[in-house]
Amino acid sequence: MADAAVRSDQGGVGADGADPGTRRDFLELLAWSTMGVGAISLAWPLVASMNPSADVLAVSSTEVKIDGIPEGSAITVTWRGSPVFVRHRTAQEIQEAEAVDVSTLRDPQTDEERVEKPEWLVVVGVCTHLGCVPVGNRPTDNRGEFGGWFCPCHGSQFDTSGRIRKGPAPLNLVVPAYAFEDDSTISIG
Amino acid sequence: MRYRLKTLLAAGGFALLSSALPCLGGPAAAVEGEEPLLKREWPSNGVFGTFDRAALQRGFQVYQNVCHSCHSLDYVAFRNMELLGYNEDEIGAIAAGYTVNDGPNDDGDMFERPGRASDHFPPPFPNAKAAAAANGGKAPPDLSLITKAREEGQDYVYSLLQGYHDEAPEGVTVPDGSYYNAYYPGHVIAMPPPLSEDAVEYADGTPATIQQMSADVTQFLAFAAEPTLEQRKQTGVMVFLFLILFTGIFYAYKRRVWADVKKH
Amino acid sequence: MSADTTNPVFKSGILRWIDDRLPILSWGYDEFVAYPAPKNLNYWWNFGSLAGLMLTIQIVTGIVLVMQYTPNTTMAFASVEHIMRDVNYGWLLRYAHANGASMFFVVVYIHIARGLYYGSYKAPRELLWMLGVVIFLLMMATAFMGYVLPWGQMSFWGAKVITNLFSAIPFVGEPIVTWLWGGFSVDNPTLNRFFSLHYLLPFIITAVVFLHILALHQFGSNNPTGIDISKKDKIPFHPYYTVKDSFGVGVFFLIYAFFVFFAPNVLGHPDNYIPANPLVTPPHIVPEWYFLPFYAILRSTVYEQLFTPLGIFAWFGITAKLMGVIAMFASIAVLFVLPWLDTSRVRSARFRPIYKWLFWVFVADVVLLGWVGGQVPTEGVVWIGQFATLYYFIHFLVLVPLLGKFERPSRLPESINKPVLGGAPGGAQAQPAE
Repeated sequence: MADAAVRSDQGGVGADGADPGTRRDFLELLAWSTMGVGAISLAWPLVASMNPSADVLAVSSTEVKIDGIPEGSAITVTWRGSPVFVRHRTAQEIQEAEAVDVSTLRDPQTDEERVEKPEWLVVVGVCTHLGCVPVGNRPTDNRGEFGGWFCPCHGSQFDTSGRIRKGPAPLNLVVPAYAFEDDSTISIG
Repeated sequence: MRYRLKTLLAAGGFALLSSALPCLGGPAAAVEGEEPLLKREWPSNGVFGTFDRAALQRGFQVYQNVCHSCHSLDYVAFRNMELLGYNEDEIGAIAAGYTVNDGPNDDGDMFERPGRASDHFPPPFPNAKAAAAANGGKAPPDLSLITKAREEGQDYVYSLLQGYHDEAPEGVTVPDGSYYNAYYPGHVIAMPPPLSEDAVEYADGTPATIQQMSADVTQFLAFAAEPTLEQRKQTGVMVFLFLILFTGIFYAYKRRVWADVKKH
Repeated sequence: MSADTTNPVFKSGILRWIDDRLPILSWGYDEFVAYPAPKNLNYWWNFGSLAGLMLTIQIVTGIVLVMQYTPNTTMAFASVEHIMRDVNYGWLLRYAHANGASMFFVVVYIHIARGLYYGSYKAPRELLWMLGVVIFLLMMATAFMGYVLPWGQMSFWGAKVITNLFSAIPFVGEPIVTWLWGGFSVDNPTLNRFFSLHYLLPFIITAVVFLHILALHQFGSNNPTGIDISKKDKIPFHPYYTVKDSFGVGVFFLIYAFFVFFAPNVLGHPDNYIPANPLVTPPHIVPEWYFLPFYAILRSTVYEQLFTPLGIFAWFGITAKLMGVIAMFASIAVLFVLPWLDTSRVRSARFRPIYKWLFWVFVADVVLLGWVGGQVPTEGVVWIGQFATLYYFIHFLVLVPLLGKFERPSRLPESINKPVLGGAPGGAQAQPAE
């Protein structure tokens, strides 16, 4: 703001007779842009350091024994710090999940797309609304109108395929990547 | 002009003095070993230094077959082996070769399982007391940081491994269960000579002399102490290039801005 | 707009609206843009803003490091290694922070030396100087506690030795040390309180830095001639000194970056890569280099050799241990009263033919003390340390007061332009690196 005026105060036309303005303006722009680039480069490591570190990224798979889960119940295991539900579905629950007309769903997905084997449903137990853990692992829990899970925070209701059916959540419960190691073991992640 | 020169000299002198101070203080402790360390130009030294992958892999073999029976490597994870040039499957195989304690399981019991890439090297002893008890009362130090935890760490480790003498010089009594080492402070060391000719059979066919194994395992330990060394030096070169540019531009700009003031 | 404008007009209506109600914008403008600075400042005047920059870097890197660090004796060392190995750019942050502390001290020592040489502590800038000494003390406390956090061998034994200084205080010494430790040894409670204070103090430093700047701008910067100068010899801080300081930052960062990227452990101590072990003392304990001169004063003050006569104090209950602590604190306390110890009416050493040399002798003495502080205290080293300690105090308590009375200063210029025009030796040729 003050430079131009000050320069003339100090009696400023260059002695070489050439217009000093052009070079100064170019240098000025160049210098302060270099400063900007430097400041951003300095800031980058600070920001990047808050991303997950190498050890966090490395721990990514969890093995689960599933042979002890009674029909109609689910267990909770931890994967990447979040709960994962592994549910042993009854024949009736499977049939209910498959019978739904997909076009009526908020987040349309067939049950087939969401399971490897129909008896076993594996979903991340985090409500897609604001991250609470829904209840419904035990048959005696309040599972909501659709027999899956009910989120106590804001009343989202999920069906026996973990799909959102009612309440504020926008999406179905997430199905993590998992694979059957053998009939009684799955590995998540 | 005269004044300018003096200022520069003074600035340089001050900078030198302040950076020399710790060096003046440092070596005092190391001087006692009369024999100078065996020196080597390590490939990781210098501004453009990088690790020698082949040497690291050989050094890792030495660590696995020789050092690991007593010395832990607590801060190194199997996944870090990627830097040695191993691929994911090879790392998985290396990790699976180790048994790792895990648990508790659903029954509340600890259990053993094969290692995974995300695991750290399992220690040879369950705790420091067990390590001390099995080694004549003194626990063998962890090796993850050994080259940074000693003055001139790489040369020191390299020298120590080759510094054993069968006969102690006159005037030095070596108690039973200890050994004479020319480079260890005080010269009496509890660690038996770890290396012997052909103690390992190198996968790449390099003859396993004591000197070769010492050099290789030293480089492996330097990697273990600072896996990010290469990233640091490469970043440093870029930063220097930028700073030189930055300084040059601001020098020119400064001259320009100040041109008016000087004219009085 | 002339240099002493106090009422900037902001072009943007929003800025004007804010500034009418909360005049921080015009305050910032007056202090850091329009601030009228002497036009003859040389490059030694760069170190003030460099110190501010280092404080900022330390705070910013520190805040991010804290996000990964764990202040617990069982996990601190491992969490630092976690930062070095696993955290993205963690090695850079930690090396920048650890070497940043050293660089901060380099800058501040040069800044202090500048003040001593050009008489910047003299009236009317006494409080400015004293606030600076407060900042220096706070910095030392912060640096010391920060060095404890990685919980290596030097961290632990440094903490133990320095806190034990307080046990020298008669009667209440032992209870004070127990209170400092929060136990009967340096342990987890000690680590936690050091961590808390290490995080707190930099913000207190920042507050004092603002007072320091407030006091500075009351009478304006001193200058290499030390004479009071008129308005027409001042220029606005921006762009003249922002640009000059930025150039200085570039040069300084080249040195800083050399340490961070190519010699990150040279200024540290290998023993601090060994986890703390309360049962084994390292063979040779040394503080960080920036404490060495004061450490030397502490250690040299034994009632032996040169200081045998001081043994008389022992009759009054002042043990050699206590005397060492007193001497060490006195070496900084003497800086507080320096404005009144110096009786010379001339500020700048440029016009003080004898003081000019005494200044460099004093600098050499401090460097010598630094060397002594890093040595194993053999008999010869103690002799040297005692002479150097004695000279340190003689400089401030005898030479500086007497010199003001007996030294004949050379003739002062009437304004800073005079010597340039006359080409007089020692004149205000102020742009050495042009």
